[in-house]
Amino acid sequence: MKQSYQEIAKKHCPKENVLINAIIAFISGGVMGIIAQFLIDGYVMWLDISTKEATVCMLVTLIFLSCLFTSLGFFDKWVNFCKCGLIIPITGFAHATMSAALEFRKEGLVTGIGMNMLKLSGAVIIFGVVSSFVFSLIRMVVGLL
Amino acid sequence: MIYLNAFLFAGLVCAIAQIILDTTKLTPGHITVIFVVLGAFLDVFNIYDQIILWAGGGALVPITSFGHNLTHGAIHGYNTEGVLGLFSGTLDLTAAGISAAIIFAFFMSLVFEPKD
Repeated sequence: MKQSYQEIAKKHCPKENVLINAIIAFISGGVMGIIAQFLIDGYVMWLDISTKEATVCMLVTLIFLSCLFTSLGFFDKWVNFCKCGLIIPITGFAHATMSAALEFRKEGLVTGIGMNMLKLSGAVIIFGVVSSFVFSLIRMVVGLL
Repeated sequence: MIYLNAFLFAGLVCAIAQIILDTTKLTPGHITVIFVVLGAFLDVFNIYDQIILWAGGGALVPITSFGHNLTHGAIHGYNTEGVLGLFSGTLDLTAAGISAAIIFAFFMSLVFEPKD
């Protein structure tokens, strides 16, 4: 009886976690999307700039805020709770950069911050640049045909 | 209406990422790389531009838009400067994001102590 109960519990437990985590990520990621759209609309209205410039302003604002919150110490808790809801938006990129910089600051300016800042987020830049190069080569070849 | 679309699209991307993270042994680093490559791929035939028109900020804030901007810059560079533009144009549109992250992280790490 005990064994079968544990088996049943095992079967149901991780599934539920996956669902709950996915819902949390869905809501928090969606809220990030709403904040982004709100900032874009706000910048277009208040600063009287084009949507493209407002997009850059929005990204810089979000990066600034997530860097600030990470260095104040409470953004880690948010990321642990929302997981992909905050990792997939640009806040995750800033969070990875900021936390690496904070972690290695004791080892000095160059050997600590300089060499380790992009430790986590470097993968995003490198794979992004390499894949975009390959894809634009493909696009180039398709365009030539 | 665009706010609802932004919520749905950004939420969907994050939920898919969370499901991949929970059901496989990939780390968050792998997931972000997968989504950057996906975004770069979706820009090849301008699919992502349509998504941005539909979802607005919801499509601009996930990391997929980073890959989209990289490919967009590379293709734009190729169209204006030729093959050299593939190299000079790649980081054109994402430069602001990368620079902002590096600059803010550098100065804030000088100011703040790490909290454990």
